[in-house]
Amino acid sequence: MSWIDIGTLDDIPPLGARVLKTPLGCVAVFRAEGDRLFAISDRCPHKGGPLSEGIVHGDKVTCPLHNWVFSLETGEAQGADVGRVETFAVKAEGGRILFDGARLAQRDAA
Amino acid sequence: MQKLVVIGAGMASGRLLEQLFAANPDAYDVTLFNAEPRGNYNRLMLSPVLSGEKSFAEIITHDEDWYAAHKVNCRFGEAIVKIDRDRKVVVGAKGEVPYDKLVIATGSAPFIIPVPGRDLPGVVTFRDLDDVEKMRGACGQGKSAVVIGGGLLGLEAAAGLRLQGMDVTVIHLAGHLMERQLDPAAGYLLGRAMEARGIRVHTQGSTKAILGHARCEAVLLADETTYPADLVVLAVGIRPEVRLANDCGLEVARGIVVDDAMHTSDPDVFALGECVEHRKTCYGLVAPLYDMAKVLAKTLLGEAGAYEGSEVSTKLKVTGVDLFSAGDFADKEGREDIVFRDPGRGVYKRLVLEGDRLIGAVLYGDTADGAWFFSLIKDATDVSEMRETLIFGPAYQGGAKADPMAAVAALPPEAEICGCNGVCKGRIVEAIEGGATTLDQVRAETKASSSCGTCTGLVEQVMALTLGDGFKMPTAQPMCKCTDLTHEDVRRLIKSQGLKSIPAVTQELAWKTPNGCHSCRPALNFYLLAEWPLDYRDDRQSRFVNERNHANIQKDGTYSVVPRMWGGVTTPAELRAIADAAEKYDVPMVKVTGGQRIDLLGVKKEDLPAMWADLNAAGLVSGHAYSKGLRTVKTCVGSQFCRFGTQDSTGLGIKLEQLLWGSWTPHKVKLGVSGCPRNCAEATCKDVGVICVDSGYQISVAGAAGMEVKETEALAAAPTEEEVLEITAAFVQLYRETAKYLDRPYKWVAKVGLDWVKAQVVDDLESRKALAARFEISQSVYRKDPWAEHAAADERPRWAPLADLTLEAAE
Ligand code: SRM
Ligand SMILES: Cc1cc2nc3c(=O)[nH]c(=O)nc-3n(C[C@H](O)[C@H](O)[C@H](O)COP(=O)(O)OP(=O)(O)OC[C@H]3O[C@@H](n4cnc5c(N)ncnc54)[C@H](O)[C@@H]3O)c2cc1C
Ligand code: SF4
Ligand code: FES
Repeated sequence: MSWIDIGTLDDIPPLGARVLKTPLGCVAVFRAEGDRLFAISDRCPHKGGPLSEGIVHGDKVTCPLHNWVFSLETGEAQGADVGRVETFAVKAEGGRILFDGARLAQRDAA
Repeated sequence: MQKLVVIGAGMASGRLLEQLFAANPDAYDVTLFNAEPRGNYNRLMLSPVLSGEKSFAEIITHDEDWYAAHKVNCRFGEAIVKIDRDRKVVVGAKGEVPYDKLVIATGSAPFIIPVPGRDLPGVVTFRDLDDVEKMRGACGQGKSAVVIGGGLLGLEAAAGLRLQGMDVTVIHLAGHLMERQLDPAAGYLLGRAMEARGIRVHTQGSTKAILGHARCEAVLLADETTYPADLVVLAVGIRPEVRLANDCGLEVARGIVVDDAMHTSDPDVFALGECVEHRKTCYGLVAPLYDMAKVLAKTLLGEAGAYEGSEVSTKLKVTGVDLFSAGDFADKEGREDIVFRDPGRGVYKRLVLEGDRLIGAVLYGDTADGAWFFSLIKDATDVSEMRETLIFGPAYQGGAKADPMAAVAALPPEAEICGCNGVCKGRIVEAIEGGATTLDQVRAETKASSSCGTCTGLVEQVMALTLGDGFKMPTAQPMCKCTDLTHEDVRRLIKSQGLKSIPAVTQELAWKTPNGCHSCRPALNFYLLAEWPLDYRDDRQSRFVNERNHANIQKDGTYSVVPRMWGGVTTPAELRAIADAAEKYDVPMVKVTGGQRIDLLGVKKEDLPAMWADLNAAGLVSGHAYSKGLRTVKTCVGSQFCRFGTQDSTGLGIKLEQLLWGSWTPHKVKLGVSGCPRNCAEATCKDVGVICVDSGYQISVAGAAGMEVKETEALAAAPTEEEVLEITAAFVQLYRETAKYLDRPYKWVAKVGLDWVKAQVVDDLESRKALAARFEISQSVYRKDPWAEHAAADERPRWAPLADLTLEAAE
C-alpha cells in the first residue's frame, strides 16, 4: 500500500462523491452513510456514465445515465445487470482522505 | 307513493337504503334525517381521518349525486326531537314530517363517565366527524392527550393522536387492554406494541377527575397519579341511542326491542343498527347491522325475511398492529386451549375448543388465518380430525405446503372474507368470474372490503387466485422496494407526523433500506420541500444528476446549458453574451430548442460555474431545462405586432414565467400563450395553455405532446391578466400538493378529475386564493437563480476534480 493524501472528508458531501484523476482514468471517491469511504472507477461498464454523479444509497450507487446499480464495496452490478467496475482502497484518517496509490505506481513501473 | 321517514343517516340506514332502492327504487318516497350536518359516511374510517392517513372526502359512502339520483329528501343537520305515533309524524327543528312507515336508526351515544370536569372544553368523545375535528384542532407538537378507555375505539384514537404528534396516555380500568376481546397474554403484547409506538398505557387506572380552569389541563386518577392533558378523549363505551323511542312509548330494554323482521312494538315503526336490541343482544360492530339492513329492506317491501343474530369478530385498525379475535374464550369447565407463541416474531395465537368445536380464537401478530378460524366457529365445524395441526391454520391441513397463498386457496367457498359485509369467498369468486377484474369492481359488486378495509389483502389474494396471471395488484402500489407504503400514504404521513427531513421519514416510517434508493429519494425530497417550504432544506444528494448540477447531463458526461429566455424573447446583448460564452468554453453545438430558447451543448462540468457567472453578468439566469419544475412559457407575438392578435400574449407569457420560475413540481410543467385561436404557440397541448380572445383569456390544462399527445381541457375563462396569473398559480400549487411524483399534470388530472380541480382553483374563490398564497410562500424561497448560487467563487472548487494524480504518478 502507498497511501496518498487526496483531501479532507469535508470535500465530499455526505452521500456524495468526487472525482479523482489518475493515470488509470477517473476514479469516483464516495462518502457513504456513516462516513464510510469507497473508491471505484468512474466509468459505467454499460455506456460510460459517470458513476460519481449517481445517487448514493446504502453501499450502492445508481448510474445517472440508465440506472444500473453497483455495489461500492465489490464493484459488481446489482440485480439483472451484468458488469463490474474496478475498486480501489481508500480510507479516512484524522479527517483526511487517503487513497492507495500502489496500483498506479505499479502500472507506472511496468 | 308511501312515505318512509328514516331517523339517522349512519352505517345501518345507508345500507338499508341501498338494499331498498336496489330491490325497488319506486316503493317509497324517502325523507332522511340526520343530527350530524352531513350524510352517510364510513364511520369505521374516522380513525384514519384522525391520524391523517385518509381525508374525510375519501370516507363518504353516499354523496349528493347518490341522494339526488334516488330522490331522497335530505334533512341533514336536523335532529328529530319527537315521534308522535298517534298522528304518525316526526318533529324536527324545521317542523313536522308525516310518515307511513318510520325507521329509527339512531345508533349509539358515547358513554360519559360521571367525573368532575367532564364538561370542560377539551374533553371530547369519539363518535363522529365533529369529534375528530375537535381532536385535530387540539393537536400540536409537544401537546398531551389522555385517552380514557383502552378498548377498540380508545386505542384507535390514541394511535391517531400519536401520529398527529401528541404525547398520549391511555387510561384503562381493567388489568389489560381490550379485555372484552383479548385474553391477558394477547392484551400484554398489545400493550407493548402501543408502548413501542410511544403511547403510555396505564392499566388498572380509575379516573377520579378531569382538572382544569378554562379548559382541561390534567387527568387525576384514584391512585393520585396525574397526567397532563390538553385533550381528553372519553372512549369508555357506548349505549344505544333510545331516547326518542322511550319518549314515544315503544318497548325499550337496553336497546329498542325488535323482532326477527325488525319490527318494533309498533307495526309501522322499525329500527335497526346499534340502537336496537334483538334476542336480548345489542351490537357495537357493523357486520350485524348489515344483516339487519338486508332483512329490513325485505320487510319494508312486504317480503318475508328473518334476522337470526350474528356471530362477530373484531380486528383492530391500528397500522402495524395485527390483531383478530372472535367467539368466546373465557376460562370455563370443559374447555380446552391450544396456544402457540413465537416471541421472536411477536406472534401469539390461542384457540378455545369445547368438545369437538372451535368456539373462540385470538390471534396477535399474524392474523392471516382469522377468516378461516372464524368460519370454523360460525359453522360449528367438527375439528377433531385436524386438532393436532389446527393452530397452524388451513395451509397445514391435508398436507398442503405452507406458501402465502395456500391459506386463502384452502378456504372453502363459504368462508367469510369480509366480516363487515358478510361476504364469503364464493361470492367474490363469482363476481370475478362474472367479469369483475379490479378491486374497485369487486367492491362495487360484492361490497367486500368496502367498510373497514382490513380484508383488502385477502380479497386481493382471492382475486390473484381466481384470475391467475391476469391479475395485477391494483391500487396500493408501494412507493418502491424500500417501503410498503404508497406515495399517497407517505405524503399524508409526512404531513400528519410533521416529518421534516429524509432521515426522519426513513426512520419514522420504517424504511427497509438505510437511506432509500434512487427512486424514492428524489420523490421524498420533493414531497418534503412542497410540504415545508420554509423549514425544509433541499437535499442535493437526493436529486438526480441534472437537478443536482443544474444542467442536463449528456451521453458523454458533458452538460448542456440553457439560459432562460422569458416568453421566448431575447435581446442583442443576451445573444452576444451567449455567443461569447459558446466561444470561450469551446461549446461544440449551439442549438435552438423546441422550447423557444438556445441550448449550449457539450460543456465540461468544471466549466459550468464560470460559464454561469459570465451569463449572469449579462442578466441571463437558469432556464431549468433540467428540472421537475417550470420549464418554458412559449408565446407568440400577439397583439404587439400580429394583425390578428387580440391581447398581449408575449407580455402575459413573460409575466407567467416570472411568476412560476424556480418552482419545483411533481414533474415538469410547460405553458403556452397564444394571441388568438390560430394558436401559434401551441398552447393547447401544454400543461397549462392560454388562448387570448377579444373578451379575455381562455385557460385550459392537462395537455400533452410527448410520449402521449392530448389536447388540453377547458379550465376557466378569465377577463383579466391578474386572474389568469392567480388561477395558474392555484392550479400549479394544487398539482404540487396532491400529485404523485413523476405524474405530469395530464396524468394527475385524469386521476383526480377535472371537476375537482375546477372546484378548488376556479369556483371556490377562497380556496383559489389560499392555494395562490401558499404558492407564493414557497416561491419566496425558490424564486431565485441556482446558477448564481453555485457560480460564487467559494463554490467553484467543488465542481472540479478532488485531486489530480496523473502528474504525481508520472513523477
Ligand atoms: C433540448 C430539447 C430538444 C431540442 O433540442 O429542442 C429537449 C431535450 C430533452 N428532452 Fe424534451 N426537449 C425539448 C423539448 C421537448 C418538447 C417540446 C416543447 O417543450 O415544446 C417536448 C414535448 C412536450 C411535452 O413536454 O409534453 C418534450 C418531451 C420530452 C419528454 C416526454 C415527456 C412526456 O411527459 O411524455 C421527455 C422525457 C421525460 O421528461 O421523462 C423529454 C426529455 C428530454 C431530455 C431531458 C432527455 C434526457 O433525460 O436527457 C432531453 C435533454 C437534452 C438536453 O440535454 O438538453 N422531453 N421535450 C427541448 C428543450 C426545450 C427547452 O427549451 O427546455
Ligand atoms: C371511530 C370508530 C371506529 C369504529 N370501528 C369499527 C370497526 O373497525 N369495525 C366495526 O365493525 N365497527 C366499528 N365501529 C362501530 C360502527 O361504526 C357502528 O357499529 C356503526 O356505525 C353503527 O351504525 P348505526 O347506523 O347503527 O349508527 P351510526 O352510524 O352511529 O348512525 C346513527 C346516526 O343517527 C344520527 N342520529 C342520532 N339521533 C338522531 C336524531 N334524534 N335525529 C336525527 N339523527 C340522529 C346520528 O347523528 C348518526 O349520524 C367504529 C365506530 C367508531 C366511532
Ligand atoms: S426527442 Fe428528446 S429525448 Fe429523444 S433524442 Fe431528441 S432530445 Fe433526446
Ligand atoms: S451508462 Fe451507466 S447505466 Fe448506462
